[in-house]
Amino acid sequence: MYFGLSEDQEFFKDNVSKFLQDHAPLDIIKKIIEDDEHDLKNNIKNGLVNLGINSLLIPEEYGGLGLDLLFATAVSQSLGENIAPFSFLSSYVMAPIALINGGNTEQKEKYLKGILENKYKFGVGFSESISARNDFGFIFKDNKINGKSIFVLDADDVSHLLLADENGVIGVVDTSDKNIEIIKLTTVDKTRSYSEVIFKNASIDVLENSITDIEPLKKSIDAGRIILAADSLGASEALIRKAVAYSKERKQFGRAIGSFQAVKHMCAEMASDLEPCYSLVWHAAHCFDNIPDESRLMACHAKSHVSEVSKVISKKATEVHGGMGFTDLMGIHYWFKRIGVNRQNLGSPETIREEAAKIQNL
Amino acid sequence: MNLNYGPEYKNFKKEVISFCKKWEGVHFVDEAKSPLTPITKVGGKKITRTEWQSILIKEGYFARSIPKEYGGYGGESDVIKNRIIATEFSNHGVPSPMSGQGIDMLVPTLLELGTEQQKKQYIEKTLLGEIIWCQGYSEPNAGSDLASLQTKGELVDGNWVINGQKIWTSTAQYSQMMFCLVRTEPEAKKHAGISYLLIPMETPGIEIRPLVDMTLKAGFNEVFFTNVTIPEANIVGKRGEGWAVANATLTHERGSLTNPNATMNRVNSLINIMKKETINGKKLIDIPVYRDKLMTLQAKVMAFQSNSLRVLSAKLNPGQDVKMAGMIQKYYGTELRHELEGFAVDVMGEIGTLYESSPHLRDKGSWQFLYMYYLGLIIGGGTSQIQKNIIAERGLGMPREPKVQEV
Repeated sequence: MYFGLSEDQEFFKDNVSKFLQDHAPLDIIKKIIEDDEHDLKNNIKNGLVNLGINSLLIPEEYGGLGLDLLFATAVSQSLGENIAPFSFLSSYVMAPIALINGGNTEQKEKYLKGILENKYKFGVGFSESISARNDFGFIFKDNKINGKSIFVLDADDVSHLLLADENGVIGVVDTSDKNIEIIKLTTVDKTRSYSEVIFKNASIDVLENSITDIEPLKKSIDAGRIILAADSLGASEALIRKAVAYSKERKQFGRAIGSFQAVKHMCAEMASDLEPCYSLVWHAAHCFDNIPDESRLMACHAKSHVSEVSKVISKKATEVHGGMGFTDLMGIHYWFKRIGVNRQNLGSPETIREEAAKIQNL
Repeated sequence: MNLNYGPEYKNFKKEVISFCKKWEGVHFVDEAKSPLTPITKVGGKKITRTEWQSILIKEGYFARSIPKEYGGYGGESDVIKNRIIATEFSNHGVPSPMSGQGIDMLVPTLLELGTEQQKKQYIEKTLLGEIIWCQGYSEPNAGSDLASLQTKGELVDGNWVINGQKIWTSTAQYSQMMFCLVRTEPEAKKHAGISYLLIPMETPGIEIRPLVDMTLKAGFNEVFFTNVTIPEANIVGKRGEGWAVANATLTHERGSLTNPNATMNRVNSLINIMKKETINGKKLIDIPVYRDKLMTLQAKVMAFQSNSLRVLSAKLNPGQDVKMAGMIQKYYGTELRHELEGFAVDVMGEIGTLYESSPHLRDKGSWQFLYMYYLGLIIGGGTSQIQKNIIAERGLGMPREPKVQEV
């Protein structure tokens, strides 16, 4: 029995972290966001792809590494920790899992290889199947899609979009199709992208096994939720580290503010709240990989619980930094905002808890 | 990650289950001797607690790693087997082995630091429940700052003569013995002046006064010492080393106050209540705010369970770093349990406040009782605030509070 990340997982996770610390420190990330520096962003993307991040979940028969979700979870922690301006979730987690479970042989061959060869990138629009809104929605009919989707993840700069309708049928849309319009949305989190997409009779390639089976969509969402939880976990870890470091440095009333119990206890509370989250997220990923019966509930609880914990941490860590925590200069808000958007993506905590209750027939 | 325990444990689990089936419904002829001793349901075989303890030791289901010569099973310590035993006993409603401060704290201390004579004299009888121990640590003016304790021990003609007062002494009224921290070196610095003494509770000069707590049970006592005289040999470790001796067991106590699986069992009991009870014609489970809060707590308990698996893993895989995961358990576990029991009172509303033997009581009033009882555990064994200091200073490496000039 061993509960935790393996040496390989730790090693890969550390490599991702090290790469990001070297090539994507906060000032570079700020440049990418403020000056729309495409080259800098591409450097980061290419570096991570060189590490093999795009092939983690692609099965070996298609030339990928064929690793499990726990591996991707470890990677996601590093990406969150370093607020990486990189779209891991859609192209390299949710799309592969939807394709592996929903695609026919031909579709798998085409798209998985495309991802592996770094030719294809995917945006994911599953919002309508999780929390459908009045003004949005689309219909698949005769291999065409009409309507609009909101909060499509990572839709800019990709070759394909993965959409799921209210029945859980998944379709692939080529973004070079003239009959779609991608409108960028502005959220508080500028390290990743979110879009609205309008479809006017655009062509779709419906994933064959998703027509009769809801599992491909559900599995992709489960995995996505675990990965988002891991991202917030990493971001929270970074915030606690920053808050503790600042509290040892900053002096008031003649002593480090970290020696005051008011500050110390805030840090202890953050650490105590976060510590069980590592285990919960890893456990959820392990269930996804090995214990399917418990997997969905674990994914729900991991996502909603980490969302709650990281929200509180993002507030307290900002407060420990005092006025500086509120400034753009210090940049604590990047982590605050990343956590804020992760919380709502693929279902807010309340939405997911209702799902968790239903899963248990409550 | 590998959550399989292997074939050896599958067989062991089968053995334990068949043992449990054989003893299902067993209950005791003697009264529960301490509030921490589990009470079993009525029916099935009657047995004394001491007999039960001795059966469990023989099977290796209790005192596994304690050497045979001291009355234990004499096997290897095995955390997974312990876990299987605890889970299956609980699943089958078979009474757990006795616990308490003697078994959980004194026995490990004696094994590590006791003399051969002390080990022979006390360990077996403690395991069998023939000697119940209480812990004499806290004093009215030495709570969180335990090392400032003032109960005095003087060596007079080969005997320790003890004067002073202890408080928060649970099970003192049932105990035959007390392990006690006493200031024996008044000239030495605070921590260096303390000794760890073993005091027979029948010694003249000991007065026990029950201390009724908010649950209206006398969960604790005050114990007064007036010229209490015991042999010089009743000391564990050397004179002035009592603080170090006690610290070995304090760490142990903090870990054992919370059990995430027991907390999950409470979540499941609460779910059953919420499926049954109705308000304004609506089942509690269908009321969205309660439903949402229930799921919030279930997730939190699941996180705590996973955390404890990680702590367990480190015991099996030396070198795995789980320092923080272990450190937070007392604080996290007691606060979580208190929150859960309190939430159950809330969902039941007015019915939730019924107590003692009131009509319409649900689950014997256990929700209201444990809601209060766990507030006691949040405070006892190192308050949440003390825990946070430890987590911040030893876990996160934050600076200590500057010392106030001692007067």
